[in-house]
Amino acid sequence: MTVPVALATGGTAVEQAWAVSCAVADPELPLVTIGDLGIVRAVDIDAQGCVHVALTPTYSGCPATAVIRQDVVDALHDAGFGQVELRTVLAPAWTTDWITEAGRRKLNDNGIVPPSGVAEQGRVDLAFSVRCPRCESLDTRLVSRFGSTACQAMYRCASCLEPFDAIKPY
Amino acid sequence: MTEASDPAAAALFTYALRLGDDALVLSQRLSEWASRAPEIEEDIALTNIALDLLGQARALLDYAAVVEGGTRDEDDLAYVRTEREFFNVHLVEQENGDFAHTIARQLFFSTYQLFLYEELISSTDELLAGVAAKGVKEAAYHHDHAAQWTVRLGDGTDDSRRRMQAAVDRLWPFTAELFDADDVEKGLAAQGVAVDPATLRPRWERAINDTFATATLVIPPTVWTSHGGRRGVHTECFGYLLAEMQYLHRLHPGASW
Repeated sequence: MTVPVALATGGTAVEQAWAVSCAVADPELPLVTIGDLGIVRAVDIDAQGCVHVALTPTYSGCPATAVIRQDVVDALHDAGFGQVELRTVLAPAWTTDWITEAGRRKLNDNGIVPPSGVAEQGRVDLAFSVRCPRCESLDTRLVSRFGSTACQAMYRCASCLEPFDAIKPY
Repeated sequence: MTEASDPAAAALFTYALRLGDDALVLSQRLSEWASRAPEIEEDIALTNIALDLLGQARALLDYAAVVEGGTRDEDDLAYVRTEREFFNVHLVEQENGDFAHTIARQLFFSTYQLFLYEELISSTDELLAGVAAKGVKEAAYHHDHAAQWTVRLGDGTDDSRRRMQAAVDRLWPFTAELFDADDVEKGLAAQGVAVDPATLRPRWERAINDTFATATLVIPPTVWTSHGGRRGVHTECFGYLLAEMQYLHRLHPGASW
């Protein structure tokens, strides 16, 4: 689950800008950072000292995108980077496969099931069972294919009867 | 209109608007379901789909504005164009009707958009290919949603079947226009930029036939077909949709939250 990262070989300033960008919390799922979600695609610093950050949206219409962009600019300004340029990259398209192991753990610990299986193997109508984040039962039912954010679906556990959200493999 | 004088740029501008307007107008229609859907899960589903389409529309309208030369932005294109300057197909502007009508419209459009985006991923135009790569995953999800409801309603109770078939009969004449291609699509397709929608039709018909077979629905005889959206000629209901969508921006230009 490695993320292709165009991390320039510019040394510590770039690494710091990279770390600051990745540490920005997702506004809709603040328990994970945008680094955890894999939406920071590239960080670079040009000869004039301007930081260039490439971000990719999760879903085309994700309403968090504008907030994330502003938060990245603010975080970099706060860290002492004066000039920041953002750009949006659409291809390759974001996939839940880019959510890091740490991100998956944090989601699960907070009652949101990370995506089950791998999205990149093409569309298969079979899916893995989704494990209840509370009682770990595999006896769960999909309630709705659409959830509280664009990237989630709603489930209910048939064992402990709790409803929960899961990130859909995408 | 201050269309780009370069014919290649003008064609690309028109093509980006055609795709973008389809997504924008359908998004606006689906948004009308907010707080009115038959159940809360569907309320969320339909508005989630609307949001995906709005995201696609913004990328495409923003691109159209750039291609045009930057005199207008995505908001100008969405909120200040008149009815005759929109190039969406008639299908997406049709009123929501009952839930069956919305599902029929979703099935017809999402099947088309799924196949379109699958081909457009290979476009030589980097932005269009990027929008398609992102949108294809969303369209696949929208298509699954619509196909499952079509089967549930079609192969459901007597009443749900009757209403689903009535919706199909009502909207069928608007499906032919999805595959209309003029010099814009044909010219850009020859350069590997666009997809000639006519080439998608056999696949689309097979997919609809398969879903209808499971749903026990029948394709009605084609008595008439609706055309003209790609040239800016629209059905009556479109003016009312635009009036609602554009009212706030026209009254308070540049208003923001």
